[in-house]
Amino acid sequence: MSEIPALEIASLNKRFGGLAATRNVSVRVMPGERRLLIGPNGAGKTTLFNQIAGDFLPDSGSIKLFGQDMTRLDTRHRVRMGLGRTYQILTLFPHDTLRHNVALALLGTEGGGWSFWSALKGRHDLMARADEALGQVGLAEVAGRPVSQTSYGERRRLELAMALAQKPKVLLLDEPLAGLSADERETVRLLLEQIPRDVTIVMIEHDMDVALAFADRITLLNFGEVVLEGTRAEVIADPRTREVYLGH
Amino acid sequence: MTRFASMRGWALTLIALAMLPFILPSDYYLGIATHALVIAVLALSLDILIGQGGMSSLGHAAYLGVSAYAVAWTTRNAGWPAYAAIPFALALGTLTACVFGVLALRARGLGFLMITLALGQVMWGAAYRWVDLTGGDNGIRMQARPVLLGFDLNNATNFYIIVCAVLLTTLIAIYKLDHSALGACLRGTRDQPRRMRMLGHDVWKIRFVGFVSAGFWGAVAGVLYAYDYLYVGPSALSLPQSAEALLMVVLGGAGTLAGPVAGAIVITVIKTVVSSYVDRWYTLLGLTFIIVVSVMPKGLVPGIRSWMKGNRA
Repeated sequence: MSEIPALEIASLNKRFGGLAATRNVSVRVMPGERRLLIGPNGAGKTTLFNQIAGDFLPDSGSIKLFGQDMTRLDTRHRVRMGLGRTYQILTLFPHDTLRHNVALALLGTEGGGWSFWSALKGRHDLMARADEALGQVGLAEVAGRPVSQTSYGERRRLELAMALAQKPKVLLLDEPLAGLSADERETVRLLLEQIPRDVTIVMIEHDMDVALAFADRITLLNFGEVVLEGTRAEVIADPRTREVYLGH
Repeated sequence: MTRFASMRGWALTLIALAMLPFILPSDYYLGIATHALVIAVLALSLDILIGQGGMSSLGHAAYLGVSAYAVAWTTRNAGWPAYAAIPFALALGTLTACVFGVLALRARGLGFLMITLALGQVMWGAAYRWVDLTGGDNGIRMQARPVLLGFDLNNATNFYIIVCAVLLTTLIAIYKLDHSALGACLRGTRDQPRRMRMLGHDVWKIRFVGFVSAGFWGAVAGVLYAYDYLYVGPSALSLPQSAEALLMVVLGGAGTLAGPVAGAIVITVIKTVVSSYVDRWYTLLGLTFIIVVSVMPKGLVPGIRSWMKGNRA
């Protein structure tokens, strides 16, 4: 394949003291692909996300976004290059309205956050686009409500709206279904399916029913290492998958 | 409804403040009111850091002190007129905040508090020891307040009106900041710094700009301070001065506009009026503080607001 991968991780290593959290991980995700990262707790999935996002630097190896090296860049530069992320543990601004939360996301990618005089609420174009992003995840009606007065399911969708509002090229989703009821899971599943293919998605998810149906390819991690990678059918059929999950 | 109530509250407060010169029995009391409003500007500036940025500082008096010294020194020793001394003092105070910001913003929480404390103490030490420049313990005394735009500030009422005008400007600027994009980003870095980074924001820079604007308004307080007392000594940038400003913010209510002003008024009144009747006014201050924070943990202004809401319901 001559196409440039959307996300290319090469020989990534990260140690925390004696613990090898990431061991020689190489992953190539092609543009438009839906990639699922699976593996038991402590396999290093979120640690890998943290390095892609720039929360901390790897000891060695490289991370490229559409061929551009970003291994040592600040998180905010990675975001400007088109990286987006949602968190497994909700990371929202609880005192503010949903609209305000999305507005902060828009300010992050578009700039304009340095204005110290004109009222943020008066930026009608920004607020309209925040409302639009909320509408896409079905939260238009509660846009003016503080996050602290919304349900857990609505907050999960807000996480998604904030990431999508930034129009990322590569989106990292860390357990977007965590803690949701069956109904809410279905809602989020449909939302994920609606994300256009010009967004490449890497997802960590434990809900296999949804995740397996969603993914084009699957990477199985264990003890910080890539155990295997392949299509849905290949990974399910592979005996190593069962071995990692069932321990025999 | 609440917005209307708060507007009405502000309007009444402003009218009351404007009437003070006609109500108070003598210039002595007007002088105390002036002291309170000058220090209210300092408390308000500190609350940009605490209320919006979530950063508690114990070195905030440094900007007031540097700027006050700058006014006094240039006026007294270089013979500068006020219109030159004031911009210079504001610039120097803000520059001090830039340097402090670069050093202190490497840390968060307790580390940040300790660095600001240390930097504040360095400034105090310099003021105390660098006698050639600062006059040491004797400080710098000025002869008289300037005449600005035909306003003779040596007249207590005139000076009081100027202080009110500056306080009002500070309040408006901080209100504007609070509701602006920058204010939203500053609170964002307080609540979710990691998320802010992931949204593409430059968290360090946002904090730095917040820190420096707090320093600028602290320097504004310093200019008023110098002209108010016509004297600047090491106590202007001492740790007790910084701690008192912090106390005003916490007592009045951090993150509210009225809180720091209320805190400044309460503490100044206890310090100056009550202390002329009571010997141990520090004890009284401590008791007041303990009572307020145990009854109203968020401070006087939020406490009274929720109490009034409860009474109405």
